[in-house]
Amino acid sequence: MIELSAVTKTFNAGRPNEYPALRGVDLTIESGRVTALRGPSGSGKTTLLTLIGCLARPSSGRVRLEGEDISALPERFLAELRLRRFGFVFQRFNLIPGLSALDNILLPAYPLGLPYHDLRARADALMASLEIDHRAATRVDWLSGGEVQRVAIARALVNDPPVIIADEPTAHLDSRLSLEFLGLLGRLKDAGKTIVIASHDPLVFETGLPDRVADLRDGRIVGVAP
Amino acid sequence: MNGFARQRYLLDFTVASLMRRPGRNLSLLLVYTLVVFLLASAMLYSQAIKGKAAALLRDSPEVVVQRMEAGRHALMPVSYLERLGRLRGVAHVEGRLWGYYYDPVVAANYTVMAPDRDGALPGQARIGAGIARVRGLAPGDVLSLRGYDGRPHAFTVAEVLPADSELVSADLLLIAPADFRAFFGLPEDVYTDLALAVTNPAEVRQVARKLAERLPDCRPILREEVLRTYESVFDWREGLLLAVLAGAVCAFLIFAWDKATGLSAEERREIGILRAIGWETGDVLRMKLWEGGLISFTAFCLGYGLAHIHVFHAGAPLFAGVMRGWSVLQPHFALTPQVDALQLTTLFLLSVVPYTVVTLVPVWRAATVDPDSIMR
Repeated sequence: MIELSAVTKTFNAGRPNEYPALRGVDLTIESGRVTALRGPSGSGKTTLLTLIGCLARPSSGRVRLEGEDISALPERFLAELRLRRFGFVFQRFNLIPGLSALDNILLPAYPLGLPYHDLRARADALMASLEIDHRAATRVDWLSGGEVQRVAIARALVNDPPVIIADEPTAHLDSRLSLEFLGLLGRLKDAGKTIVIASHDPLVFETGLPDRVADLRDGRIVGVAP
Repeated sequence: MNGFARQRYLLDFTVASLMRRPGRNLSLLLVYTLVVFLLASAMLYSQAIKGKAAALLRDSPEVVVQRMEAGRHALMPVSYLERLGRLRGVAHVEGRLWGYYYDPVVAANYTVMAPDRDGALPGQARIGAGIARVRGLAPGDVLSLRGYDGRPHAFTVAEVLPADSELVSADLLLIAPADFRAFFGLPEDVYTDLALAVTNPAEVRQVARKLAERLPDCRPILREEVLRTYESVFDWREGLLLAVLAGAVCAFLIFAWDKATGLSAEERREIGILRAIGWETGDVLRMKLWEGGLISFTAFCLGYGLAHIHVFHAGAPLFAGVMRGWSVLQPHFALTPQVDALQLTTLFLLSVVPYTVVTLVPVWRAATVDPDSIMR
């Protein structure tokens, strides 16, 4: 469970271009469920995701992960949490160009320093389940849009994290690929993963995938359903 | 957590990452290798030539005594031999005959010597390989030279001096003492200078000091001073060469600085991705350290290896002219291949470390930025 209480995030604090991205957010994200953050551009969805995913620290307020306050942890410990507890699927998938699909998938696993055959077996199993095993050695620049998104998901899952964070994952996909992607998230939810997704794509909500939807506007949560 | 495996993965990723930009990294490697090659060639050649000269001069007299007249080198009366022989600490004294001869036929200067032992029989000459080359002489041929009085003197070539001493014997002409006196018109009661052997080599400076006191019109020249002079000459030539190369080195430094310190937007984005997916700042720095180290160490090995081949196996065609000196009688000689640990370490520290460190500065800056930048 991830709990946020009275969380604020202000960029460029104290400068003329100070910008409050989040203003007093309270939210509970339950384990094993899909929570969606919905709202227009600039509403604070991505900033909230960065705080949930330990990519940044709040300006004030508390973020608790399984009861432990992680709001003020040093960066080194946050990196450790990102490595072991979170898998990220970014808006443009953010794969490293020029590297093969396999290399990209293994990237989050390198800092763990596990034996290579274990890592390889993990990556092979993921690629087989996502039906991209035949593209393992292909450079990601040469993959189709659907294959890229699967590589991104495999990369997010390679360390077997309990929480998957996806930021506008369907923003650059057509409807077919979007539905395919949401289907994959559904399978992950069935496998017991906690999923937090930020989106303003109606398709995400029409599929009924999210168990809970938090609506954001101007850095505040204006409604949570159910 | 397996630290070794972690480093291996970082190294694997670094290699894969370098292969993504083959043009950029290959051009950097080539220029880097070229600079190391030039510097290493100059250093190796200078070191080897100094070693060669020192080895050859090891058998030269410990002290040479020259008489001075009005500040100039003058001939040494035979009576000085007797006066010096009684000096305590002197084991042996011998008079030497030597001089220079300008050969207008080939426009070259010869060094003419007439040693008492191992010299040449009357009417014969032993010549350096340089003279043999420019005059086209072989043992049995006759070398005809005009003496001090304009009359020709003919010498039969008995031997061409061995190639391993060519660095200092290329222009040498060895003849018999009687021929030398006849050729240069030197009276019987003078030598050019005197050569001394001392009983205890550790006391050579004391002997030289006593000698200068007893014979105030003479100056002692120690072997170590000659060696030092040779070293100075070669150091000066190396310095001259390095000064010329300094332009190339500076150009490379600017090039490397630009490559190393300027992180492209793509590189920043990649660092952001790595940080976001759980890499620590230290992992990113280690990865970049591997990258800089791989490029600079590869360039160092290639450059040093090529320089070794260039200097010791190809005769250093790029530098030989400058380092050996300018002369008609250019000595030909083979340098003994050697690897000097101090020199190797110096070159390593000068070439590998600065580049590797410079690459870390911008990466450290980029790697300490909040990883959420990749989300925005």
